[in-house]
Amino acid sequence: MSSLTEAAPVSTERIRLLRFGSARLLLRASSIAVCLLAWHLASTTQMDLGVVTFRNVPAPLEVLAAGWELFRSQVLLSHLTASLSRVFCGFLIAAIVGVALGLVIGRLRIAEDTLMPPLEILRPIPAVAWIPLSILMFPSSEFSMIFITFTGALFPILLNTIHGVETIDARLIASARSLGSGPLAIFTEVILPAAAPSIFTGLSIGMGTAWFCLVTAEMISGQFGIGYYTWASYTIQNYADIVVGMLLIGLLGMGSSMAVRKLGNALMPWQASGAKK
Amino acid sequence: MTSHAERSASAKRGRIDIQNLHIRLGHGKEAFEAVQNVSISIQPGEFVCLIGPSGCGKSTLLGALAGHLHPTGGGIQLDSQPLDGPHPERGLVFQQHTLFPWKKTLDNIAFGLKMKGIPRRERHRRANEMLELVGLAGFEQHYPFQLSGGMQQRVEIARVLINHPRVMLMDEPFGALDAQTRMMMQQLLLDIWERIKTTIVFVTHDIDEALFLADRILVMSPRPGRIIEEISLDFPRPREAELVTSSQFARLKRRCLELLHQPGSGFPLQRLSPLGSVPKNDSLRAEA
Repeated sequence: MSSLTEAAPVSTERIRLLRFGSARLLLRASSIAVCLLAWHLASTTQMDLGVVTFRNVPAPLEVLAAGWELFRSQVLLSHLTASLSRVFCGFLIAAIVGVALGLVIGRLRIAEDTLMPPLEILRPIPAVAWIPLSILMFPSSEFSMIFITFTGALFPILLNTIHGVETIDARLIASARSLGSGPLAIFTEVILPAAAPSIFTGLSIGMGTAWFCLVTAEMISGQFGIGYYTWASYTIQNYADIVVGMLLIGLLGMGSSMAVRKLGNALMPWQASGAKK
Repeated sequence: MTSHAERSASAKRGRIDIQNLHIRLGHGKEAFEAVQNVSISIQPGEFVCLIGPSGCGKSTLLGALAGHLHPTGGGIQLDSQPLDGPHPERGLVFQQHTLFPWKKTLDNIAFGLKMKGIPRRERHRRANEMLELVGLAGFEQHYPFQLSGGMQQRVEIARVLINHPRVMLMDEPFGALDAQTRMMMQQLLLDIWERIKTTIVFVTHDIDEALFLADRILVMSPRPGRIIEEISLDFPRPREAELVTSSQFARLKRRCLELLHQPGSGFPLQRLSPLGSVPKNDSLRAEA
């Protein structure tokens, strides 16, 4: 009898948790469904609110059809590989440069004083403003496009790395020195792992901002790329295709950001919050 | 059990001599004298507790012994050699959260050996011995966040002891633990100390803790920190928990309380750390 009454709260608790988990999933799915429905209603009724009109906005079903069309054609793969390679090249270079600069700037005051002023000036410049110069500076348009995604990814990575290094608990470094660490060991054994969570936050955000700059970058492109496809669809007034391109960029950006985050969690099993979540 | 005198005779290393030590902390207008004209001699294998009001400079003194803070006057010698920066021979244990969060227990303990270039297999073997010594066998593969506060401090102690330090410097190492765990840790520390005979300088604001652990208590004044009293404790060892209820213990505790609550001591000051007057979470940036 007593075992039954004791067991009961546990099992109801578990059921409640399960329900809670699936309830959250359901809530998230229905949030997207509501957005789609609102979009559908706004575009099919040609809603006009004065300042904003949905008269020329394609409906979800038109977009779906256009997407299916693109999916069945052979060009999608070319568009995807072109964009993915540009984003990943730009991101990779930004990751190397951003983390390296961030570690040095976060650690050495002289580096902060000499490197930060120009970087602070470059930081607010939007990707689109880089287009003319990047065409002039690089021999091929491919390099120019990679450069523009690089500018998008660099600063979140750089700033998060600096933050990660600057907020390291001084006692960890002191402990390492008391245990016999020299400057190199302090760097590899303490600074790098201690800053890693912050670096991965930067990488995840940087991956997102690299996609953010893709359309801008691919304005230069003559043939392929999701961004190019989106921009070209606008110039030939193929409105459904614009939305297909936009959604593709959104999905790919979300997916690759998530992949970076997952990689970070896998590499940092000591993160208590990551383990609990 | 060996008496204190025998232990001192057998362990010749770990003698500390401090002469006319002065330490200033802070910059410019913020600067203040944290330690003023302190002279102490500590015998090899002696267990010394430093007590004093908050912010009096006892942690500052410990930081200077560890080599993280530089004296502005006077000098410190370990076995007749002047100190030169931090060294594994002077192990430092902080209050909490200074294990490397990204290393498992065994690798945290073996860190000092890794710095000496000892091969992995050998350092894990010795780390396992240390783990045994602090009573944590079976927790080799745990990360610090998976251990309780008391367990983490055991790992801290093992991580320092694996280097066979001449001196172990402890900055309120049990200050963040609950009362029961703290008593357990005090007993454990005494057990370990009886076996390894290293000199211990232990900072605490807990009078009971100091009386229970130490051979000698040094009482510091409010800022600027000076040594105002030396109390030698000849309670027999090994010490048991009942000691704290003895009349002799109560008498000495009253004496300590009087010294710590002198008129004019004013408000408690900001706590100092062995790394200076910076708040604990501030970064320690390399000055170029």
